[in-house]
Amino acid sequence: MRTIFRTATGGKQGMISLAILAAVLIVVFPLFFDIFRLNLIGKYLSYAFIAIGLVMLWGYGGILSLGQGVFFGLGGYCIAMFLKLEASDPITTKIQSTPGIPDFMDWNQITALPLLWQPFHSFTFSVFAMLAVPTLLAFIIGVAMFKRRVGGVYFAIITQAIALILSVLIIGQQGYTGGVNGITDLKTLHGWDIRTDNAKYILYFVNVALIILAILSCRWIISSKLGLLLLAMRDKEDRVRFSGYDVANFKIFVFCLAAMLSAIGGAMFTLQVGFMSPSFVGIVPSIEMVIFAAVGGRMSLEGAVYGTLLVNFGKTFFSESFPDLWLFLMAGLFIAVVLVFPNGLAGLVGTWINRRKSRTATRTTQAAPSDGWQRGANSNEPDLKTNHDSLPATKPQGI
Amino acid sequence: MPASKLILAVEGLTVSFDGFKAVDDLNLYVEENELRVVIGPNGAGKTTVLDLICGKTKATKGSVQFKDLELTKMSEHAIVRAGVGRKFQTPSIYENLSVFQNLELSFPTGRGVFGCLMFERTDDVVARVHEIATEISLQEELQLEAGLLSHGQKQWLEIGMLLMQDPELLMLDEPIAGMSARERELTADLLNRIGRDRSMIVIEHDMEFVRKIADKVTVLHQGKVLAEGSMDKVQADPRVIDVYLGH
Repeated sequence: MRTIFRTATGGKQGMISLAILAAVLIVVFPLFFDIFRLNLIGKYLSYAFIAIGLVMLWGYGGILSLGQGVFFGLGGYCIAMFLKLEASDPITTKIQSTPGIPDFMDWNQITALPLLWQPFHSFTFSVFAMLAVPTLLAFIIGVAMFKRRVGGVYFAIITQAIALILSVLIIGQQGYTGGVNGITDLKTLHGWDIRTDNAKYILYFVNVALIILAILSCRWIISSKLGLLLLAMRDKEDRVRFSGYDVANFKIFVFCLAAMLSAIGGAMFTLQVGFMSPSFVGIVPSIEMVIFAAVGGRMSLEGAVYGTLLVNFGKTFFSESFPDLWLFLMAGLFIAVVLVFPNGLAGLVGTWINRRKSRTATRTTQAAPSDGWQRGANSNEPDLKTNHDSLPATKPQGI
Repeated sequence: MPASKLILAVEGLTVSFDGFKAVDDLNLYVEENELRVVIGPNGAGKTTVLDLICGKTKATKGSVQFKDLELTKMSEHAIVRAGVGRKFQTPSIYENLSVFQNLELSFPTGRGVFGCLMFERTDDVVARVHEIATEISLQEELQLEAGLLSHGQKQWLEIGMLLMQDPELLMLDEPIAGMSARERELTADLLNRIGRDRSMIVIEHDMEFVRKIADKVTVLHQGKVLAEGSMDKVQADPRVIDVYLGH
């Protein structure tokens, strides 16, 4: 009984959709695309972490953040700083006036490595910072906002402001951050050249493994009482508060979770693409990231991955052929999602599956009436939805 | 006979919204296991009093003493955890979750973030959910989406959610609004049953219903106590008739 309820949200259907996603990413893509395209997909998949985070934050938590680029950027910069230091050894930088520091610092008349950069000589520290810095920032923002009960549109606007602040800060502090160009010319990770085809393959598969791990962790959270509570909070926040829960803590938690996922995405981006720049931090990329999640379906973890891939395929395809048209298409797509299919791709697929299921269910219940009871006992919510959908689906059959 | 112990002592409670005193220097004492009904015309400040006790609204002045805790200084969730339950005027339930899940979320363990992650649906929880569901006559509807319940059943569900927490003080804001005559009767029975071992404050307009459940009635008018006492005494009070019960 316990285990049935525990897995109700994921269940068999969840496992199947995860298996399909894993098969597409691990088998289909590597078989059909060369390493150039596969690396491009890897880049898109690094954005998928943000979309998965947004499913948790926006879909389940009901909190819209338009500043996820901040956390993606911070995660990416932490790894980029480590890689840049490794690429700036005194021998390769001997033509600089100060050898041994990153080239952009030298161009900006900085003569010693800034204190902030010192610990990034250590890979362990860099990975720790990649996870901790964005999460800590999210925690501070979360405490400041949610404890004061700032929410909804106000929260979204504040996250936008933070995205703008950080991108302006990075661009302004050129000597410390590489400015508008970002941190470029990253070469090796502990002596391992990340620019080779072989490394790109490995990084792609590491990325896929992390995506699957992220989905499994999020599904575990969704299927715990916390997931249920997030849904309850979205519906009746006051009732949750007056059931003895400190609502702000749950919002802070899910905001930190989304931030950490975005940061992992940023780190994987840096490793696979070989640079990090403020163009992934600002307002526009942060809004694009919300569109990824919206297109995929904001209640579906796998949908977030498909949505990210689809929008980015579209972006690459259209921006290669009609660069001016792409922004309009993107806006149109977003409007279409909001108006026509608010639950995104996952919603469309879900309706289609339910319709098929209820069709077969009506057939089998005529033969074996016990089937309906069994499905009712296993999981409650999907079953209810099936019943709703069965009405329009069965009508034409009757006529 | 020894005097009953006080569970709630509201003294000098005042709240003003932009100079308008919704509750004005109010005193209210509730004893253990007492069922107090608060009546009064619209805008008398009944709901505001409940809001002040449960921390939804912060008092401008005065104190709310629950057992030996000063509630005016506590946050909402801490007040709930101390043993004060509050039902809202419009049924406030999680429409998209099942009746079972609605009750389960109100089970008073695992209320922190990590407590929630590690929360297990133990036999205790299941047994308690079934016990409460039977109490509120929803045992057949446990797997139903709560949004599909009738209005009266939603009211019961919210009362059930409060009972899950086993509060010592239960505050109900218009629990029979929108109920049929039969449902009102069942609710009166329910309140009398659950009121045996806890204190309750109920806001209600239906005089017949009030007569059935009330130990003592407090009449509020313009944020102040107009009269207090048994139903008969209050109904006979000329001031009450004047402002509320009508001629």
